[in-house]
Amino acid sequence: MKLKKEQVEHVAKLAHLGLSAQEKRKFQKELSAILDFVEKLKQVKTEKVEPTAQVTGLENVSRPDKGRAKTKQERKKLLDLVPQTKDGYVKVKTVL
Amino acid sequence: MNLNKLTIKQAHQGLLKKKFSAVELTEAVLNQIKRRDKDIHAYLTLTEELALSQAKRIDKKIANKEKVGLLAGVPMAVKDIILVEGIRCTAGSKILENYIAPYDATVIKKLKQAGAIIVGKTNLDEFGMGSSTENSAFGPTKNPHDLERVPGGSSGGSAAALASDQCIYALGSDTAGSIRQPASLCGVVGLKPTYGRVSRYGLIAFASSLDQIGLMARKAEDVQIVFEMIKGKDEMDSTSLNPLLEKTKGEFQIKDLKIGLPKEYFIKGIDPVVEKIIKEAVSQYEKMGAQVMEVSLPHAEYALAAYYIIQPAEASANLARYDGIKYGLSKEASDLLGVYLQTRQEGFGDEVRRRIMLGTYTLSAGYYEAYYIKAQKVRTLIKKDFIKAFEKIDVLMTPVAPTPAFKLGEKIDDPVAMYLSDIYTASLNLAGLPGISIPCGQVGKLPVGLQIIGQQFDDEKILKIAQEYEDRSL
Repeated sequence: MKLKKEQVEHVAKLAHLGLSAQEKRKFQKELSAILDFVEKLKQVKTEKVEPTAQVTGLENVSRPDKGRAKTKQERKKLLDLVPQTKDGYVKVKTVL
Repeated sequence: MNLNKLTIKQAHQGLLKKKFSAVELTEAVLNQIKRRDKDIHAYLTLTEELALSQAKRIDKKIANKEKVGLLAGVPMAVKDIILVEGIRCTAGSKILENYIAPYDATVIKKLKQAGAIIVGKTNLDEFGMGSSTENSAFGPTKNPHDLERVPGGSSGGSAAALASDQCIYALGSDTAGSIRQPASLCGVVGLKPTYGRVSRYGLIAFASSLDQIGLMARKAEDVQIVFEMIKGKDEMDSTSLNPLLEKTKGEFQIKDLKIGLPKEYFIKGIDPVVEKIIKEAVSQYEKMGAQVMEVSLPHAEYALAAYYIIQPAEASANLARYDGIKYGLSKEASDLLGVYLQTRQEGFGDEVRRRIMLGTYTLSAGYYEAYYIKAQKVRTLIKKDFIKAFEKIDVLMTPVAPTPAFKLGEKIDDPVAMYLSDIYTASLNLAGLPGISIPCGQVGKLPVGLQIIGQQFDDEKILKIAQEYEDRSL
């Protein structure tokens, strides 16, 4: 299946991936080849088959809905990883 | 005596008998790394300081006649996608180049408690996406048996480190073959446990319904010892579990074993020399009294296609977290969207972006049913094939990979050719089954591995079967 350039652009936008013009051409070709490869699934009859999302059969595993206050050191370790902080908060660019 | 080549039990005995200290053992491994790793590039980060301080503590315990377990003082390596507190964890990606792990993965916690010595973090395909370790943002690892060839992947660094005696055992992770295929290509033993038997807490997520932490060593016995230590349900991973019955525990005889050879695994695409080596290995079990029969897994040929829809779909969701805001690389831009776009363009390599886009596409409106749900249905059929085969047999034996190690660069520009490296291994992840790769021969100097596939939760059994082969073929 041949993906159109607009489809590559649309998917990249949905996935929040920046792409150069050259990369768009490259991925257009490569993604089309992979989609051709997975096309063979169409040969399989699956009308009466249930989908499998997980294999162990565990269902509704729950735990008490209880938070735990982080220690000062834990807080620091996490905040040290944040590119930009302000007064102990994660700093984000204006959303609206 | 080369201390860095010892098995776990040999190392343990030597430590207890004071033939050498844990520091000496650790230094032997670190020296080997210094000698060999400039050519191989198995390690991304060395944790020499941590290793030596851990070793000193074990030596003190032994000197004080405190009881120490089998793993105490034994140097090991960790795939750089598993978190070790305070140590950089890159996942082979530029986007996490400077990420310092804020906590220990559950497996690391358990191993540290057992006295394990962590010598370093090993190279991998970015986020585990690849079969050659060439997709690492920090350069490829070389196969110690032939430096012009790949070690396999994605846990190629762990396999190559072991094959060149740069550690005693190594942790890896396996989403479609990422432990078994490099183990096969490097001539070591590699176990992918049953999905859920080893906690994934602290494993950087790639495809959550398929990912499984496992390990490699030079001997199946070592793999079994470490598996015992790291397995078990973990409160921090709600998908982890203990089998209802620890049913097998290896209590069986090879002469009662029924081995199935799936006929679909021995058709086109397999190197005839590899096929011959695999069949010879299987005949070893026959000589020990096992019964061998052909079985059919009718949907085997669709496994890889189903895998290449499900896995990128899960990956595209998991990797949405790398946004340049909370941790990792962050590029400056005039607005928030610009930060996302530029951070992810620069931080992710080609294969990762390819899979994110593929997953985003198959999950997007209008394609979800045709691709994702379809693949999940085929997943059901693949699982059922195995269940049906296991009505007649105890284990399956197959090749791990269709060919021995290929040349660096050979498949890097052809994603589909690279994906075919996982043709014999991916179906186990789709069905959640345990599999082990054991060295069983060579093509020239290049190792070939036999894959033993067990029923769900039969990890102990396949480990025992692997050990029997090792014992007989020594």
